Amino acid sequence: MMNRRESIKRLILGTLSAGLFFPSAAEAKKHRGFSISPTDPDKPIARVPYVERKWDYGRTPEEKKRDELLFTQRFFDDHELSTIEVLCDHILPASDTAESAVDAGVTEFIAFIVLDMPSLQTRLRGGIMWLDGFSKKRHGDMFARISPSKQIIVLDEIAYPDKITPATEQGGRFFREIRNLILTGYYTSEIGVKDLGFQGNTANIWDGVPPEVLAEHGVDYEPEWLAKCVNQNRRAEIAEWDSEGNLLNN
Amino acid sequence: MFIHTNPVTYDAVIVGSGAGGGMASKVLSESGLKVAVIEAGPYFDPANDAQRTQLRNPWDSPRRGAGSTRVFGDYDAAYGGWEIDGEPYTRKNGTRFDWFRSRMLGGRTNHWGRISLRFGPLDFKRKDIDGLGDNWPIGYEDVRPYYDRVDKLLGVFGSKEGIHNEPDGFFLPPPKPRLHELYYIKGARKANIPVIPSRLSVLTKRLNNDRGVCFYCSQCNRSCSVYADFSSGSCLIFPAQQSTGRIDLYTDAMVREVLTNGSGEAKGVIYINKEDRQEYQINAKVVVLAASACSSARILLNSKSGEHPQGLGNSSGLIGHYLHDSTGSSRAALVPELLNRKTYNEDGVGGMHVYTPWWLNDAKLDFPRGYHLEIWGGLGTPSYGFGFNPDSLNEHFGLEIGGYGNKLREDVKRFYGAVMGISGRGESIPQYDNYCEIDPDTVDEFGIPVLRFHYNWTDNERNQAKHMHKTFEEIFDAMGAITLGDTPSAKSEYGLAAPGQIIHEVGTTRMGNDPTTSVTNSFQQLHDAKNVFVVDAGPFVSQADKNPTWTIMALSWRTSDFIIDQLKKQNL
Repeated sequence: MMNRRESIKRLILGTLSAGLFFPSAAEAKKHRGFSISPTDPDKPIARVPYVERKWDYGRTPEEKKRDELLFTQRFFDDHELSTIEVLCDHILPASDTAESAVDAGVTEFIAFIVLDMPSLQTRLRGGIMWLDGFSKKRHGDMFARISPSKQIIVLDEIAYPDKITPATEQGGRFFREIRNLILTGYYTSEIGVKDLGFQGNTANIWDGVPPEVLAEHGVDYEPEWLAKCVNQNRRAEIAEWDSEGNLLNN
Repeated sequence: MFIHTNPVTYDAVIVGSGAGGGMASKVLSESGLKVAVIEAGPYFDPANDAQRTQLRNPWDSPRRGAGSTRVFGDYDAAYGGWEIDGEPYTRKNGTRFDWFRSRMLGGRTNHWGRISLRFGPLDFKRKDIDGLGDNWPIGYEDVRPYYDRVDKLLGVFGSKEGIHNEPDGFFLPPPKPRLHELYYIKGARKANIPVIPSRLSVLTKRLNNDRGVCFYCSQCNRSCSVYADFSSGSCLIFPAQQSTGRIDLYTDAMVREVLTNGSGEAKGVIYINKEDRQEYQINAKVVVLAASACSSARILLNSKSGEHPQGLGNSSGLIGHYLHDSTGSSRAALVPELLNRKTYNEDGVGGMHVYTPWWLNDAKLDFPRGYHLEIWGGLGTPSYGFGFNPDSLNEHFGLEIGGYGNKLREDVKRFYGAVMGISGRGESIPQYDNYCEIDPDTVDEFGIPVLRFHYNWTDNERNQAKHMHKTFEEIFDAMGAITLGDTPSAKSEYGLAAPGQIIHEVGTTRMGNDPTTSVTNSFQQLHDAKNVFVVDAGPFVSQADKNPTWTIMALSWRTSDFIIDQLKKQNL
């Protein structure tokens, strides 16, 4: 049976193929942090390593080469990745209606983004080390190894700007940074975009703010303004003007 | 040195494939001329799926669209940016000018804002009003017929408003305002500031059978795969290539210099093929530079010969001088009514649906010229950076800052689409002392001497930026919105963007009737070499508070007509 350490390593190195991440749902459940689909607890989430994914987003040959190089690299060690995953679990767990940051693949995103943006590397690695030092001092072990309730005690000391003391300043800074990355990774994932309610990025015909929204806001279109706007029923007709520039077929 | 010489002598060689070069390619080839178009970057077609970024999801990018390789993000259709590997530029005396280059077919027209404003009658003759800078040698009536043609050929939506210095054109109908724009209209009206439908070159209605109609994804900066926005490749070069068969396209080709003959006239250009790094020569009867104001200046300054020891066309010593960019400053505000708003598809076109043209031509102010206001906001696509500091705005409502867990979802959703902003874009006064020149110490990877910039803003621009912020605050206050951030002070030049940042570089080969005070004549023809023309924004004497693209194309068309006429009369 593949252990967690090995799993993460192979996830990052990309030697693990899709769907094989956990040999069984039962095994998966043992691995704290790797969530089970909320809709089907027996179905492990297939998280495909970046290197094995098909990326198709309009790259130039140079950009493609850079991506491919980054996909074969790794920065965080297993312990660091586990810690990030534990942080993901606390910072954005599943809600009643939406899956968690871990489900959304935020750990992999952060593992990649530090390769893409090397200026993040020392800050995050050092931040994790700070967190471990702080946890050892207060609770006798590294952050990922203390109990969830103790982890919460630690996080509460660094998560609120008002409660920061000279002893926790650097921890506060790390917390803000990792929280930013977790949130941005989440809300730019398919799961997060759905949770946000974003409905764009698709072909449609804009014909103004929905009437119920206008009503809710107590605003409306001025008739003179509206008279200038496009009549979407005639958008397919080729525009014709008179010699004065008056559009004849709106 | 061995130079590969193309055996064909073209009627015209056009350097650059952006707005000016695209228009010249179309007009010249359609008149029957055989044309070579030389582009420093690769071939690009937004309809090619391998290059398409339109309609990609945030998660289609491993970095979620961040700007690690493209400065405006993974999906922005500009190959290049402020810095390009192997192609440096330098700065002089601790001053700053930021130079944005897009190396690809179509150049910067693939990602530009599509804001298409005509210069008005006042804009060509501002010196008559305030005594600063210089008048253009031509006026609105000279350019107007070409604006009309550009409108009808390429399409721009807008509305007829009858404002003297904001001339109306042949408009497609504008889209309806978005929700935050309705709030802006209300606020602007209350603050006594005009607001009208915006004017963008996006097809809200069918223009012809070659191009599609906008399907409202708001991604014009990605270059439209159905050609519903104006990009030079898809809307000028491709159709002209197809209909005339007289355009030869050379891509990944960096032009180094214009070659001249013994009488000082141009006979062609030399370019470096980026793939084999060999030099090639292309001969032509006419050379048309459209490489961008600064790149064309660079080529001319690097074209030194016995007849043109200071560089081709530079007997006045003015090439590179009077370089100027638009002024710019921005501010954001939180609109309380938009908190926790209902979500729906609010993409619209790629840019604002409403804007404010300059409204104080008759006011007494402590700065000359003016600015227009651009509006932004709405329920946009999340990309890298979305969700950072999700609760930083909580303090405005006395809510807790910090924390973690599912409450963060509420923070993010509370503020999503609730922040909007206004950007001012204004006219600066061109200065002799703001310039680009050849750096004597630096070459790029092709051995071509590079540009060195010298640029300072003056109090004219600083006071204008100060006034912009006064306006932003007035409008936000009238809207009942909470203006974010402090009013910028003198120390930060009142929030004035660094020169170059607005990406409206113009003025380096300015036009005029006097060859000692200008580089080109009113047909953008070098005073010093009659078969060399500049059709980018280099010949602009000033650039109004208007975005330059529409005027670049109107003037390029006018110059192309002149070239055709002069060739017919055998004057070239």
